[in-house]
Amino acid sequence: MESTIISSSNFNAYFGTNHVVKNVNIEIPKNSVIAVMGPSGCGKTTFLRCINRMHELTPGATSDGKMMLHDDDVYEMHPIFVRLKIGMVFQRPNPFPNLSIYDNVIAGYKLNGLRLSKSEKDRIVEQSLTRSALWNEVKDSLHKKGTFLSGGQQQRLCIARAIAMEPEVLLLDEPTSALDPISTASIEELLYELKSTYTLVIVTHNMQQAARVSNKTAFFYLGELVEYNVTKELFTNPKDSRTQNYITGRFS
Amino acid sequence: MNKLNPRIKYRLGMSKLFHALVIVFAFMIAIPLIAILFFVIKEGITKINWNFLTNIPKPVGEVGGGIANALLGSLIIVLVAAIIAIPIGIFAGIYLSENKNSRLSYWSRLAVDILQGVPSIVIGIVIYFWIVKPSGTFSAISGSMALAVMMLPIIIRSTEETLKLIPFTIKEAGFALGLPYHKVILKVIVPCGFSGILSGAILSVARIAGETAPLLFTAFGNPYLNANVAKPMQSLPLLIFNYATSPYEEWHNLAWGASMILLIWILLLNIITKLITQKWKVQL
Repeated sequence: MESTIISSSNFNAYFGTNHVVKNVNIEIPKNSVIAVMGPSGCGKTTFLRCINRMHELTPGATSDGKMMLHDDDVYEMHPIFVRLKIGMVFQRPNPFPNLSIYDNVIAGYKLNGLRLSKSEKDRIVEQSLTRSALWNEVKDSLHKKGTFLSGGQQQRLCIARAIAMEPEVLLLDEPTSALDPISTASIEELLYELKSTYTLVIVTHNMQQAARVSNKTAFFYLGELVEYNVTKELFTNPKDSRTQNYITGRFS
Repeated sequence: MNKLNPRIKYRLGMSKLFHALVIVFAFMIAIPLIAILFFVIKEGITKINWNFLTNIPKPVGEVGGGIANALLGSLIIVLVAAIIAIPIGIFAGIYLSENKNSRLSYWSRLAVDILQGVPSIVIGIVIYFWIVKPSGTFSAISGSMALAVMMLPIIIRSTEETLKLIPFTIKEAGFALGLPYHKVILKVIVPCGFSGILSGAILSVARIAGETAPLLFTAFGNPYLNANVAKPMQSLPLLIFNYATSPYEEWHNLAWGASMILLIWILLLNIITKLITQKWKVQL
C-alpha cells in the first residue's frame, strides 16, 4: 500500500500576487483516502486543483514547485493527459445538462472523440454507475437528462463520470457540502468502496467526515500544510497546537 | 366598512385607476400589430393564388403575373446572407463570452453596439462603393453582404448573452475529463446554449428579411427570374417598394400580395424561434 502515487515538493500557488498555497510537501500513498481539511480560505481547494492542473484555468492563477505523478512531473505533462489520469469531482454536482445519464457517464470518451462499440459503452456505463452506487436507481431511466436527478444522485453521477475514465487518482472537492445527510452518507460509503481501486484525495471542511473516510489527513492553515499524519493519530494526538485548536473547535 | 374614510377611498380609487391604465396600455401595444396584420391580410389574401407564386410579373397593361422572381430572390439573398453571417457571428459571440475583459473584446463589443445602430441605407451605400462599383455590376451577393452586416450584431449579442449564462462549473466538468479547450467550447458550451444561439440566428433572419434600403443599390432588383448571385436579383421588399410606388393597379396588387407573403414569412420565423426556445432549452 505504501507506494507513493503523488508527491509535491516546495509547491506554491498564487492568485495574482496572493500567495495561497505555501511551500507544500506531501506524499500521497496509492490506494488510500487522503482527507485535506482546514478552515475556509486555507488553500486546500487550491492545492487540490493544482494536482490536476485545474488551478491554472483561473485567470491570473500561477504556481511553482514540483508535483509528481509517479515519476513524472505533472507540470511537464500536457494538462489534458494529466486530467485523464487524475479525475475530479466538484463541490456542486455538475452533470452536463444537455446529455442523458448514459451519455454523461461516457462523456469523457464521447466528447474526446474516442470510439467505443455499443457493448463496450454499455459495460462502462453499467460498471461505473454500479461502482458509484447509482445503477439501481437509474437503470430504467438511463436516457433521461442527468439534471432531473436529485442533488445526491447528480453527485454520484459525476463520480461515475469521473471513474468511467479509469483515472489513477480521484480528487474530490468537498463533494458532499451541497448534499443532505443521507446523500452524504451514501457518498462516504462509496468513497470507502472506491479506495480499493483508486487513490482518493478529498477536501472537506467537515472533521467528522475526514475522520470517518480517510486513512491519512492533511491539515492546512493559511496556505501551509501544518500537519499530515495517519488520521487516527492526527485526531487523537495532534503534534501542532494549531491542529489541536482546530480539531477541538477552539479556533479564531 | 360602508363608511370608508375619504382619504382611503381616494387612495383605493387611484390604485384602481392605475391598474386600469396599465391594462389599457398593455392592450394598446398589440393594436399596431393587429392593425397591420388585418390590413395586409385583407388586401393581400385575394391576390394570392398558385399563379401569383409561380409566375413572374407581367408587363404593364397585361393582367396577372406573380412574384416568383422576388420570392426566389429573397430566399437566395437571405440564405446567402445567413451563410455568411451566422458562422462569423457565432464565433465572435463565443470569443466575447469567453474573454469578458480583454481589450479586444471591449473594442469589438463597442463595435457591435455601434454597428447595430448604423442605418441600413448607410450599410448599403458602403457595400455599393466597396463591392458593386469595383465589380461593375449590381449583384445579389453584394445585397447578401449588406444584409449579413446587419445580421451580425444580433447573432453576436444573442450568442454572447446565451453563453455567458452557462455556469463555469459545466466548463470545469469538461476540462476535468481531459477535454481540450476547443472541445469544451464546441461539445459542451455550445450545445448547452444551442437553443439561444439558434433562436438568435433565426431572429436575425426575420429581422433582415424585410430590409429594403441595403438592397436598393446592391441587389438592385430584376423583373426576370434569376438564380445567379453575381447578377442583379429581385427580392420581396424591393418589389413592394417599386410596385407600390408605381401608378399601375396590377402592380399595386402584386405589392399587396408580396407584403402578405413577407409578413407571413417573418411571423413564421418568430413563431419557430419561440418553439425552439421552449423545446430545446437546456435546463441548467
